[in-house]
Order: sequence, then structure tokens, then C-alpha cells
Amino acid sequence: MKPIYLDNNATTQVAPEVLEDMLPYFHDFYGNPSSMHTFGGQVGRRVRQAREQVAKIIGASPEEIIFTSCGTESDNTAVRSALATNPGKRHIVTTRVEHPAIHSLVARLAQEGCRVTEIPVDAEGRLNMEQYAKSLSPDTAIVSLMWANNETGVIFPVEEAATLAHNRGILFHTDAVQAVGKIPIDMRHNCIDMLSISGHKLHAPKGVGALYVRKGTRFSPFLIGGHQEKGRRGGTENVPSIIALGLACDLAAQKMTTENTVVKELRDKLENALLYNIPRCRVNGDRVNRLPNTSNISFEFVEGEAILLRLDEYAICASSGSACTSGSLQPSHVLRAMGVPFTMAHGSIRFSLSIYNTEKEIDFVIDTLPGIIENLRALSPYWEVGDAICARVEG
Amino acid sequence: MWEYTDKVKEHFLNPRNVGEVENPDGAATVGSLACGDALKLTFKLDENGRIQDARFKTFGCASAIAAASALTEMIKGLTVEEAAKITNRDIANFLGGLPEEKMHCSVLGREALEAAIGHYRGEAVPTVEGKIVCECFGVTEEEIARVVRENNLRTIEEVTNYTKAGGGCGGCHEAIQEIIDRVRGEGKVVTRPKVSNIQKIKMIEETIDREIRPALQQDGGDLELIDVVGNRVLVATRGACASCAASHLTLKQVVEAKLRELVWPELEVEEVAQ
Repeated sequence: MKPIYLDNNATTQVAPEVLEDMLPYFHDFYGNPSSMHTFGGQVGRRVRQAREQVAKIIGASPEEIIFTSCGTESDNTAVRSALATNPGKRHIVTTRVEHPAIHSLVARLAQEGCRVTEIPVDAEGRLNMEQYAKSLSPDTAIVSLMWANNETGVIFPVEEAATLAHNRGILFHTDAVQAVGKIPIDMRHNCIDMLSISGHKLHAPKGVGALYVRKGTRFSPFLIGGHQEKGRRGGTENVPSIIALGLACDLAAQKMTTENTVVKELRDKLENALLYNIPRCRVNGDRVNRLPNTSNISFEFVEGEAILLRLDEYAICASSGSACTSGSLQPSHVLRAMGVPFTMAHGSIRFSLSIYNTEKEIDFVIDTLPGIIENLRALSPYWEVGDAICARVEG
Repeated sequence: MWEYTDKVKEHFLNPRNVGEVENPDGAATVGSLACGDALKLTFKLDENGRIQDARFKTFGCASAIAAASALTEMIKGLTVEEAAKITNRDIANFLGGLPEEKMHCSVLGREALEAAIGHYRGEAVPTVEGKIVCECFGVTEEEIARVVRENNLRTIEEVTNYTKAGGGCGGCHEAIQEIIDRVRGEGKVVTRPKVSNIQKIKMIEETIDREIRPALQQDGGDLELIDVVGNRVLVATRGACASCAASHLTLKQVVEAKLRELVWPELEVEEVAQ
């Protein structure tokens, strides 16, 4: 059975034309782009082209793009570079809802002696800008705010936040892994210093990413080695994947309108139908400033893992912020930061669509999910009691 | 994705005995919404005192639902005395095993059974007994000790998998370790040989020379035993260790751990400036 894949914030399928384009670089054109011979040199030209393509989708210059192995490497590189080039400053400002690539990194840096401020969000997942502005200090080495949240899709006003940081001479990094390719980004119209990109979130393969570093920004490499990436990232280039990332960025730029119309409409159809057909559920996160492909819905009094495994029976793929799916015992740190009540947090499901989803697939989910929720609620000791209590409180 | 057995999947997809028995002889609800799983168990006895009907309602993940379904199947036909002997291991075994991280689902089943039997016997509702060790999940010292004993647990991580204790803020890890040490020390206290101070110092010296110094010397470091005062082992670092920022960690995690393992569990290593 072909899966109905609604987990595109976790990873995406490699676009067929991207796969086709990268394959010859495994067998026919396997040369090293650094080589002197023509056989390697022709590969170097394609890497240069990919750099231009990646730069273009965010309105950057090619020399501002450093290829990395993933979004996590880009994030680690950016934050550590800022600390290395600002040895006198030991304060980091970030948010409570970052991806682990930043969240766990700053926790480690706190152990190493850095002071970390995590800006809270409100019930809709929106950043507290007042508190953010207050948190900036002469000791702040870097601000790292995600452009869009991977769990809720909520978009942060990073450009405005970057201006505030810049006015105080503070470096600004954004983890834009979920945003690039889904919403328009133009680095010519903001003052963000560094920006992380991941390949496999936009239909390129896993194992490739990029870091944008604005021209003139002092930089300290994370991987020390050969002269690749102008000494900013040692290690022989992952040529096929870099070429793939380039083309994937091109395609994403072409399909940006589709993403924000067709995909968005499908997402809205799914969301509205589920809210209408299933009692006691709600959307987590600001529904206005949100990625066009993401919907995070909580179904009260049922547990997320149980929902996912019942969906799995129908080959429907989604993800959950419940404790049981994370391997930890607490529900998602993002939902907890938003103050989502426990009755809701454990039963949260994230649907994330892509341009490859069809209306037929969405209709099938709309037909299937209400029965699953009803069935699991019939098992839940809280359902009747909880529903009655809530109805009374609200009534 | 969790590796569930076919039996877990089967009980999750087709749970048996869902609902509540009318006018039950025994009934109990354990767990909570905040913790992420809860189980309501009800049962009714026949005229011979055997469990005629048992039903459950579960809020929780696939394995919590499967464990509750299994439990109701297991206790049907048993006397209350027989049912009372069921352990969390029995529930897990019935399902062909559970992933380690999900063993707490089997413990939840056993707790519900115990509470429902307590209700049947007219025992007071088992309120939280004893000192709460894990504030995040409300787990008591007694509960942790019992699960450690019954499942032969060795590490904090295992205790978390089985009881959730320690899975939140982590503030109780030290207390959990103490409970593990205490329970695992039970029955061993008598067998521990009496060691004189002279023997102890000799053993420490031997262990450091044999087990620890060769490894340190490989990295250009070294260690010297200065004195032993009670259970305090005073050492000085030499060579590369003396200037290494991480030597404190090495002392605690390597030297102290080794000495505790091989010589005496209460030893504490301290560095002296010499």
C-alpha cells in the first residue's frame, strides 16, 4: 500500500527529477571537485552551480553559502562560530521551542559556562518580543531564533528580531530549516547574519545542508580540514547531494506559489474537516502566522501514540508530540512551553503536507480519523467524565 | 518506532474486555492524565469466588492498552488470591515482552490489579504511601524499591522505564540511585567481608596500580595515592592529569567508580594539591 505521507516536517521524498540529476555523480562523474584534471573540474562546475541555486532561493550571493552535512551541523557551526569570534561575550539568547539542534546545543554550552536566556512563547506559540528585546545585553554573543517551528509551523518575526539584535551589535542566527522552500525569504531585505538550511526537508536527500553566512561576518569553522568551502568547512564535498540540494532549491522556488495555495488549501481542508467532525479537538499554534503545510491538532482524552499506530494500519503517516512517541516521558517541549494542558498535549498529532499530497489522500484521512478517535475515546476512562466536566465549565 | 510484538499489536488493535463491569466487586483507577497513562479496572466474582468478568478502560499508548487488555484476560477464572500473585513481569511475558522503555505499562497493570483487589477486600484506598521520591510523576520510595526488587533493576534508566520516576526534571536521580543501592545491598550486607583499615589501604593501592595508573599513563598522566582517611581516598594527579581541566571528572567517573566496584562501595576520591 502506498503510504499517505503527511510527515513532511520530519523528512520529505527526494523529488524524482532531483534523484535523476544526482545519480550520474555516483558512477559517471565521481571525480573530486578539487582535482586539477578535467574529470574532477567538471564536477566542481556543478557544485558552483548548486551554490548559486541555493543562494538564489534566499536572495543571497553564492559566496555566502557553505555546504554542510545537515541542518544540525549548520546550527552548531553558527552558534559555536559566534562564540569563537566573540571571546569576551558569553551570553546566548534563544527560545524555549527550538529544535534539539539548538535546544540541546545551548544546554551543553550552558554547562560549558555560557549564560543562556530562553525567550518564552504565549499560548499560541508566539514569541514574547518585549522579553526578547529586554534580554539583549552587551554580553550577548549570539541570538538564535528559529524562523518557523517544526511542530506547530508558527512563524517567528525573525527579521524584526534580527534588526533589534543588530542595533546592539549582536550576531543573529536563524534555524530556517522548516521555512526555506515553504515561505519566501530574501536576505537582501534583512540583517540576519547566519541562516541554516537542511536538504531533506525540501525534497533533496538526507545528509546535506547549508549555512548562509553574510558577507563580512567574522567566522570560525567547525570542521577543520582541507581548503574546501574556502577553508570554512573541511571535508570532501558530498557532491551528488550538493547537486541535488541545488536543484531542489530551484524546484522549491518554482513551486513556492503552489505550496502557498494548493498545499495550504489541502492543509486547511484537512484541518477544518477534522475540527468540524471530531468533538473536543483544537489547533495548537497561531493559525495566521504559520507555515502553509503544517497543522498540529490535539484530540482531548486520547494518547498520540495510540492514534499514530491506528493511523499506521491505514498507512497514514503523521507524528505526535505525546510523551510516548518521543522516548522521553514528557510531552513535547514546544507544547509545554505554550502551556497546552496535559489533557490536550498527550493527544497531539502533527500533519505536515507537501506538494506531492493529493486531495484524494486528504479526503481519505478525513474519512478515517474520526472513527479512530471515537474508538480510542471509547477506551478512555476520561472521555465521558472529562467531556461532561468540560461541557459544564464551558456551559 | 517501537518494536512491539505481534501480540501487543493484536491486543492494541483488538482490545478484549473494554468497558466497566456493572456493580463490580473490585474497582480501581490508577495513573493520571498528566502522567500520560491511566487505567480503570473493574471485576466481578462468581459464586465460587473466581473472577467471572473483568473489564478495563485505558488512556494511554498502544502498550498501555495492550497491557490492560492482557491483564483482564489473565485474571479471568482466577481466585482473588491467585490473581494477587500476578506481577508486572507476568503481564509483559503474556504479551511476549514489552520494549524496555514501555515496561511502566506492565507496572501500571499490576498497580491497578492490586488496587482493585484492595478495594474488594475493603482495604483503605491506597493513598500515596511513603515518601514521594519523583515529584514529576508522583512515584514513592516504596514503589521504586518494589519494582527494583521484583525486576532486578540496576540503573536509574531502568527504574525510569519501569516507573517513570526520574523521567521528568531528573532532580531525583540521586535518591533513586540510593534506593537501588539499598535494595541491591539487601541480603548482601552479611556476606560482605570485614576489612581492616590496613587491608583496605592495601586493596586501594593495588587497584590503583593495576587498574587505573596504566590507563592514565597511556595518556601521559598519572596518579599518586597520598592517604586514606576513613572512606576518603586522597590522591594527587601527576603528569598530564595535573594540568587537565577534565581530571576532576576522571577522578570521579573512572577512579572512584573503579575503587567502589573493586574495593569498597562507599569510597570517595578527593584530589589534594601536592
